[in-house]
Amino acid sequence: MSLLKEPDFGTPARDGEATVELTIDGVSVTVPPGTSVMRAAKHAGLDIPKLCATDNLEAFGSCRLCIVEIDGARGTPASCTTPVAPGMVVRTQNEKLGKLRRGVMELYISDHPLDCLTCSANGDCELQDMAGVTGLREVRYGSGVEAGANHLDAPTDSSNPYFDFDASKCIACSRCVRACDEVQGTLALTIEGRGFDSKVAAGAGVSFMESDCVSCGACVQACPTATLQEKTVIELGMPTRSVITTCAYCGVGCSFKAELRGDELVRMVPYKDGGANEGHSCVKGRFAFGYASHPDRVMEPMVRDAITDPWRKVSWEEAIGFTARRLREIQANYGQGSIGAITSSRTTNEEVYVVQKMVRAVFGNNNVDTCARVCHSPTGYGLKQTFGESAGTQDFSSVDHADVILVIGANPTDAHPVFGSRMKKRLRQGAKLIVIDPRQIDLVRSPHIEAAHHLSLAPGTNVAIVNALSHVIVTEGLVDRAFVEERCEDFDQWETFISGPEHSPEAVAELTGVPAEEVRAAARLYATGGNGAIYYGLGVTEHSQGSTTVMGMANLAMATGNIGRAGVGVNPLRGQNNVQGSCDMGSFPHELPGYRHVSDDDVRDVYEKLWGTPLLNEPGLRIPNMFDSAIDGSFRALFVQGEDIAQSDPNTAHVFAALGALELLVVQDLFENETAKWAHVLLPGTSFLEKDGTFTNAERRINRVRPVMSPQTGKHEWEIICEISQAMGYPMHYDSAAQIMDEIAITTPTFAGVSFDHLDKVGSVQWPCNLEAPNGTPIMHTDEFTRGKGRFMETVYVPTTERSTRKYPLILTTGRILSQYNVGAQTRRTANVAWHPEDILELHPHDAEVRGIEDGSTVALSSRVGRTTLRAKLSERMPVGVCYTTFHHPVTGANVITTDNSDWATNCPEYKVTAVQVDLLVEPVNAQAAENLEPAVVGH
Amino acid sequence: MSATGLPPHVRLANEIARQFAHREPADAATRIANHIKAVWDPRMKAALISHVDSGGEDLDPVAALAAEQLRPVEARGAQ
Ligand code: SF4
Ligand code: SF4
Ligand code: SF4
Ligand code: FES
Repeated sequence: MSLLKEPDFGTPARDGEATVELTIDGVSVTVPPGTSVMRAAKHAGLDIPKLCATDNLEAFGSCRLCIVEIDGARGTPASCTTPVAPGMVVRTQNEKLGKLRRGVMELYISDHPLDCLTCSANGDCELQDMAGVTGLREVRYGSGVEAGANHLDAPTDSSNPYFDFDASKCIACSRCVRACDEVQGTLALTIEGRGFDSKVAAGAGVSFMESDCVSCGACVQACPTATLQEKTVIELGMPTRSVITTCAYCGVGCSFKAELRGDELVRMVPYKDGGANEGHSCVKGRFAFGYASHPDRVMEPMVRDAITDPWRKVSWEEAIGFTARRLREIQANYGQGSIGAITSSRTTNEEVYVVQKMVRAVFGNNNVDTCARVCHSPTGYGLKQTFGESAGTQDFSSVDHADVILVIGANPTDAHPVFGSRMKKRLRQGAKLIVIDPRQIDLVRSPHIEAAHHLSLAPGTNVAIVNALSHVIVTEGLVDRAFVEERCEDFDQWETFISGPEHSPEAVAELTGVPAEEVRAAARLYATGGNGAIYYGLGVTEHSQGSTTVMGMANLAMATGNIGRAGVGVNPLRGQNNVQGSCDMGSFPHELPGYRHVSDDDVRDVYEKLWGTPLLNEPGLRIPNMFDSAIDGSFRALFVQGEDIAQSDPNTAHVFAALGALELLVVQDLFENETAKWAHVLLPGTSFLEKDGTFTNAERRINRVRPVMSPQTGKHEWEIICEISQAMGYPMHYDSAAQIMDEIAITTPTFAGVSFDHLDKVGSVQWPCNLEAPNGTPIMHTDEFTRGKGRFMETVYVPTTERSTRKYPLILTTGRILSQYNVGAQTRRTANVAWHPEDILELHPHDAEVRGIEDGSTVALSSRVGRTTLRAKLSERMPVGVCYTTFHHPVTGANVITTDNSDWATNCPEYKVTAVQVDLLVEPVNAQAAENLEPAVVGH
Repeated sequence: MSATGLPPHVRLANEIARQFAHREPADAATRIANHIKAVWDPRMKAALISHVDSGGEDLDPVAALAAEQLRPVEARGAQ
């Protein structure tokens, strides 16, 4: 495969029907109104020279290279800024235009270092291309230094770890500035000065690293020259081939071109035809891929009899034989239900599918759970109860049609950056914003965006607030009666329930801390402001009433008719790349693939026939149940696929006690992670660059993950599972990952139309993908809900038992930041640490002052289950009484202090509410957290 | 054992029961039992039932009622 260059139409597409017919260089073409002449020409197969235009940015008209002649029009207008008109006759090439264009090029080249042969962008430079296209043969003003005044010794800014800014090569086309404004929405760049003096600057007199830049790479992507260039390209040279694949970080699921030289990955370039990202990216997917070749990676299987023993490197054969034998021995001693597995949201659908198959068909039980337990399990439960399907209702592009956006417990600009940029774009266009979050997240006030309402509620009161919003809608007559009557059930009961005075904003104001008038205004806006769209994240799910809040939001959407078309819906923003997929693939202990209960005889029958073995009709253990059962002795062996439960799960001491009690812990991972410290078998995993399979993102989009290199460990992860199964006496074999998907498709109705071939043909599909919807279903519940009628659910607010006390007077809530990912196993092994070298504790200056804490102080953070140490940051974004930290670094061990409280319906841990105390530490303690993190049960 | 000091099956059953505390006890018990049937492993159901049989200390009374409805399922499905 050669280096893939997507066509550039010069200016963005316009919506609407193609009704305007015109003639360009004698070719007739018909395009939608508002299309530029430049774009229309490209549709007619004609390339007009250009430098300042590119099709993900609005036209700017500064370079004047794209001039054309139009019959009846004066002069030579720029084709990028001139819209088409019916009957227009355009000429793009003649002698006069050629001469004018060469004149433009001469001016550019005279101020450009002519070091093309040694330039890092050689072969990938639009200035170079345009010199060729316009037929430039001489530069009358001289070039470089001889041309007189120039920018040739302008300095290079190398402060960003991933790209350089070499100002001497800048042609001031402003594409970078516009990319930062329009695509990313950070507005970090400006053009300083005017005319010849104009130059690009990242803020006033600061470097890129010191500026507001979030290193998304949009400017690098937009730059037509070598001015903004990836450091890897400078070091390694231009790549020579591309493979289209999917980012393995977050649930946005961006498509990328992995660009390589031979077998060496040079850069990841966002793919324009990617359904989820349409050419945009964030710092993680764009740049933070170095972990895949990090020397810390485990490359050979390792085994030990006791966790106090040193690891022994062994052959695959021995590792697989050891694992299978020990699993069978343990089952023989303690029963069929004494072993189980945890699947990962980072691995492919195919890899997850075979693990749950191994548990059900080979282990003979349902003890399989997924790390989604600890993040989005309430989404599955809540949306299934109300709408009938455990998934978000919209595609990402739906937000382009939203008029009112309600963001609750999510921080998209940090956790789902590419979707966050898309949302910000819509907000800059005028959509109204309601934010429900204890913290003043960046969205609340950012350039050109200001939330209409920020309901800064007390952590743990989501249900009370969502109910209050519904109360207002019902009691103020704002219900969409026609929708409710036609599409929903159980409304009358719910109406009576929610109308109760105990749900009024006034009644809950003291509890939630949000003024009643603010709640009323927000409810009115959501109900009457046009298309209302709800986006939510872990700030909803990771609560003792996570599932209840999800149902409460579904009630809100149904009551206002905000379901079933573009611009509306209830949309979970998923954490990890394949959270949706791992849930879809039957990783829950009570559900077979496609969310079908294990007690359903017809469904079990399908698998029993295909797999040739009877399946258990009772649910198995969830992750927290596995830990509890390990401690009480009935659960003795666990297989963990690519997940660091020792770091990511709550109440670390409890998790350690459970892991320490296991007779066999098998970990499959890229690194010797925290969990592996408790393991007896460590099976090296593959990075996303080696995987062949699919990921499913937060909008149900199934994207291909294509290998750019063979597995560096010698085996695909699904092959290892098959071999363990075989060694345990069950024949499991696939020739390829594609065959696994074929099995998923024939057994799971929502995946019936999915195959690798189909995905390779159409790019991606959003499930359900079947005969009725061969190209997938971007928006769900359009004519009716999956369950028939949408069901209103009574959502009673029940306060969490986790409350602040005299001993623990503050509430801690946890989250994530842009540059790091989850437990940080990958991002900590990249230059992203430049942005987040440690976890810090944010708290309000008032809470800090009464404790004698200053910005940067080292503090002890303690809860009723544990204690750790971090550095403090004072922040007005926090309400008084609430503090916040991330959990990206093991040394902090933020989960040392989170408790085992959980969502009542799904046992998703209550990460977002922990009563804590914060004390100033006089002497800085460094080994502090590590000390706390040491195993309590088994020393090592 | 959790920070609350309760055995897990008791703590979890109580958590579920709190969500249905506003309903009539009989109705609440059925809803709790249905939820537990749908998502609990047989050994946890067995542990809950035996906890009830040995006095049901610290168990929400409505959760105890729900446990009664779990008995036949338990008889079929224990491992
Ligand atoms: S990397 Fe992104 S945020 Fe930074 S200047 Fe470029 S476009 Fe703006
Ligand atoms: S840095 Fe690149 S994109 Fe920005 S103005 Fe200069 S040449 Fe244009
Ligand atoms: S937004 Fe998510 S999927 Fe996209 S590049 Fe960033 S981490 Fe990857
Ligand atoms: S491309 Fe049209 S003016 Fe630059």
